[in-house]
This record gives sequence, structure tokens and C-alpha cells, in this order.
Amino acid sequence: MNFLGFFEIAQILVGIGLLVSAIVAIRFKNLVAAVIAMAVFSLILSLEFYLLQAPDVAIAEAGVGAGLTTAMYLLAIKNTTDEEVIE
Amino acid sequence: MTTTIIKTTTRLLAPLILVFGLYIILHGHLTPGGGFQGGAVVASGLALLIVAHEHKKVKELFERAPLSQLESIGALGFLGTGLLGLAGYTFFKNVIANSGFLFGGKTPIGINPGYLNTGGTLAYMNIFVGMKVLAGLTSIILIFFLILKEGEK
Repeated sequence: MNFLGFFEIAQILVGIGLLVSAIVAIRFKNLVAAVIAMAVFSLILSLEFYLLQAPDVAIAEAGVGAGLTTAMYLLAIKNTTDEEVIE
Repeated sequence: MTTTIIKTTTRLLAPLILVFGLYIILHGHLTPGGGFQGGAVVASGLALLIVAHEHKKVKELFERAPLSQLESIGALGFLGTGLLGLAGYTFFKNVIANSGFLFGGKTPIGINPGYLNTGGTLAYMNIFVGMKVLAGLTSIILIFFLILKEGEK
């Protein structure tokens, strides 16, 4: 059995982080917390793109995924009425 | 949504995000990123500013912002830069490279750290695409913010 390098360990950790943040985003009852979990998912995904040596895609993912869609979701949630939303 | 934490964070973070986005756009032909990526970063900085302020302040701030004009200038400028190559060559021919014009400096042969004053039409195209993406994404957030708030009253 050969030892894992830094790249493999980082891949495994990023994969675990992606799975956890995605499951958390689905399971949260608080919609604002779910949106924040989605932003965390997008941030970890951009880290994965950077590890796979695609910095272009990583910057686009961090800008659009973590920044703009989060703002859009928050603005949309803020203007809906639902008993699950905790202000 | 305008708490003291969000306002203070925005005051510290928004200038850095905007300058970094402009850096990505301007250095699009040298470093990773380009027009779209830089425009998305600038738009996310502006979205942070929009979300962190009150409805009235955002309305009077962005009322005279020429977002529609910027988007049109971006599209037409990109097309015009492409058509510039038709003067004797083919569509999208890089006529400005090595011509001595702005962004038309001579590119040294071999390994070099990357000089800003090179690239020819690529730099202009990055600037135009960045302008268009910035205006488009910012206006999406702005319409979300303004129209949804109008319906609330």
C-alpha cells in the first residue's frame, strides 16, 4: 500500500466537504441557512476547480456561485412569506 | 437585512472586491481570468453594496447609473474590435498587436514575466466583455432588489 500524496488527501477532503455541505443545504429547515450552505458548497467547488488546475473556472465559480446567486436567493427569500423563515 | 455587521463588512470589503475585479479584467491577457470572470467579481461586489443598503439610498444611487448604455457599448465595442480586423485581413485579426498603439507593445520572445502593454485587441475585448457582464449581472440584482421591494409596500 503506497502513501497518499497531498493532492489525493486534498481531493478526499474536498469531496467530503462537498457531500456534507450539499446534504446540509437540503436538510436545513431554515431557508436562509440553506442558502448559506449552498454558498459554502459553491466555495468548496471553486477550491476543487483550482486544485484541478482550472483557475479560470474557479474564479467564475467563486464570483457567480458564491456571490451573485446567494444575493439573488436571499433577495427572493426575503420577499416570500413562509412560516419556516426565521427573520 | 441591513445590520451593523453587514454594513461594516461591506465598507471594508467592497472596495477590495471592486479593485480585484478591475485587476482581473485589465490583466485578462496575462493571468487567469478575463472579461467574464472580472465582470462577475465586480458585479458581486456591487451586489454586496446593493444588499447592504436601504431601498431609498440604492434607488437614488443607481438611478443615473448607465447600466443599459454600458451593456450596449460592451456588445458593440466587442463587435467593432472584431470588425477592425476586416481592414485587409480576416474577422478578429489582431491588428493592434506590435503596432505601437495602446496595448500594442512589442512582445518579447521567450520566457518573460508578462507585460501589460501587449496583447493587441485581446485587452480591448476583455474590457468590453467585462463592461457587458458587469452591467448585465448588476442590473439583474438591481431589478430583483427594486421591484420586489416596490411590491412590498
